[in-house]
Amino acid sequence: MSSLPPEPILAARNLSKSFAVARSGRDVLALAPKRRLQALRDVSFTLAGGEILGVVGESGCGKSTLGRCLAGLEAPDRGELLWRGQSLAAGHDRGNRARRIQMVFQDPYASLNPRMSLGQMLEEALYVHGLCNGAAERRDRVDELLLMVGLPPRLKDRLPHAISGGQRQRISIARALAVEPEVLIADEPVSALDASVQAQIINLLEDLRTKLGIAIIFIAHDLSVVRHISDRIAVMYLGEIVESGRTEYLFSRPMHPYTRGLLAAIPIPDPTRRTHAPGIEGEAPDPLNPPLGCGFSTRCPYVVEACRAGRPALASTADGRAVRCAIPAASTAFEFDPC
Amino acid sequence: MTAPGEAVLQVEDLRVTFGKSPDSVTVVNGVSFEIRQGETLGLVGESGCGKSMTCRSLIRLFGGASPSSIEGSILFGGRNLAHVAPKDIVNIRGRDIAMIFQDPMTSLNPTMTIGRQIVEGLRRHEKLNHQQARRQAIDLLKSVGVTAPERRMDSYPHMFSGGMRQRVLIAIALACRPRLLIADEPTTALDVTVQDQILKLILKLQAETGMAVLFVTHDLGVVAQTCDRVAVMYAGNVVEMAETQQLFANPSHPYTRALLSALPAHGARLKRLQPIDGSPPNLADPPPGCRFEPRCRHAIPACARSLPTLRPVGGSHMSACIRLGEVE
Repeated sequence: MSSLPPEPILAARNLSKSFAVARSGRDVLALAPKRRLQALRDVSFTLAGGEILGVVGESGCGKSTLGRCLAGLEAPDRGELLWRGQSLAAGHDRGNRARRIQMVFQDPYASLNPRMSLGQMLEEALYVHGLCNGAAERRDRVDELLLMVGLPPRLKDRLPHAISGGQRQRISIARALAVEPEVLIADEPVSALDASVQAQIINLLEDLRTKLGIAIIFIAHDLSVVRHISDRIAVMYLGEIVESGRTEYLFSRPMHPYTRGLLAAIPIPDPTRRTHAPGIEGEAPDPLNPPLGCGFSTRCPYVVEACRAGRPALASTADGRAVRCAIPAASTAFEFDPC
Repeated sequence: MTAPGEAVLQVEDLRVTFGKSPDSVTVVNGVSFEIRQGETLGLVGESGCGKSMTCRSLIRLFGGASPSSIEGSILFGGRNLAHVAPKDIVNIRGRDIAMIFQDPMTSLNPTMTIGRQIVEGLRRHEKLNHQQARRQAIDLLKSVGVTAPERRMDSYPHMFSGGMRQRVLIAIALACRPRLLIADEPTTALDVTVQDQILKLILKLQAETGMAVLFVTHDLGVVAQTCDRVAVMYAGNVVEMAETQQLFANPSHPYTRALLSALPAHGARLKRLQPIDGSPPNLADPPPGCRFEPRCRHAIPACARSLPTLRPVGGSHMSACIRLGEVE
């Protein structure tokens, strides 16, 4: 990558999204107030062409909601999305948006129609977007797509139940690539797969990035995988980005206490390096009752009074990172040795 | 009591088969291992390799369909569990051998308070009265790190988070001070920071009680951090068994090596991952020879002839590969 950051193709500014919480009959009778769950809070980032941005965080941190908002499957309440500087409103011009941004889902068993053959699924995408002239051209393009994701074209008459989990995830990727998008949003694409198959899919995504120059937003909870594939990483906690930056900086010098805790909690596949240090205590707070100040203040080992008073802003640092912490790096040495 | 270092459990040539011939499927095909007191034995492998079936067969606890036959010997406390009648195994299960499961969301009864679920086992096995059992249950909850245990005793499972439910399950499992704890993917459904807490809790409780732990997982990182010895399973067989340090320093079965190099390295980032091509064999129709042979890059024609058995590599390190020592 060149030293000059390329112009972002996708930028998010202060995206916020909340969901209404279902009320039981008892709540309605008791006139309990309607509550909203804040899934995203002021999420901003940029994505350059051909870049892989990893989004990590624990369950419920809003990483999947972010992916769905970017793909247009959810409409954000506030904030805006810019495509090469132009506003991209949700619900507006769906066809064009789908041509640019495509999504691959976590569960390859649930995201494929069990009654359509693999070929039909790929053809459908081409047909809907009017990408080929006539059926013969569509069929050729289906073969091409299958080869692109490393599947033999003879599989195209199979139904999804007749292929393995890894092959299904390849089909999901092929279906997303059918419209030649510039951004691929992969929401936990490998977490349902075994380690040996996981590696196949990660290599495939890396190859596609190199060959097609496609940018990827790689959403996952597995830090080792995210680290392997991403150029930059955004760490999310309780609906907001708490730290973002280039992968090597983030892993060698994590600044947010949550990032540090997350890194220290990875089980390292090396028995000579067992960690006995206590990790982060407790669990993420209930997103319906988030803490008043910093979201991490309930678990943070370095918490001070100021943390509970107000939400810290996302502050940029010299090496192009952004940290949402009142006292980043909390003045203590961090013993995370990446090598 | 068992003396330290003495084998708590000895499994010899365990075979678990589902269905009737000719459509039978042998999901565990001649597995042998032993666990000593205070030791943690890891059972690793990918989904469908038979690791869960191996440990479920030990106490005959099957969620859905039961196997048509369990053969081999399972020596535990001087008895062969394979020959214990079903009505007698309930006296061992939960008292001498306890188990915790992958999914803390579905392993607790949603209609019973946490307290009743812990007390149930204590009253059944230890013959305590209600007050004694309740007091002991509160102590147990405290020991697994549940805050305000007196109040939490009367809570229902849905009021707990995933990590807290797993702590409750550990409390239930440890209630009768088992000599063997079977942990079947206990942290797979948990977030990484909570996984770290639960793993440390299991190790701490093991150090306190001296129980043996059979730790089933697919995650080699978790194995490296927790287990003393490891058995690697593939398609119903143990293909390699070694002390954890040896296994990671000197993996000798091609499958173990392939599995380790498929992981994203912790450190060197730019190296390309090396996946294993293909997928595991269909156990209804396994290959005649080594079951890894169709995917093995070191396979020679002799590999397809017969199923290799575990052979010593050095010390307690064993590997089931006929090309042992030939392949670097």
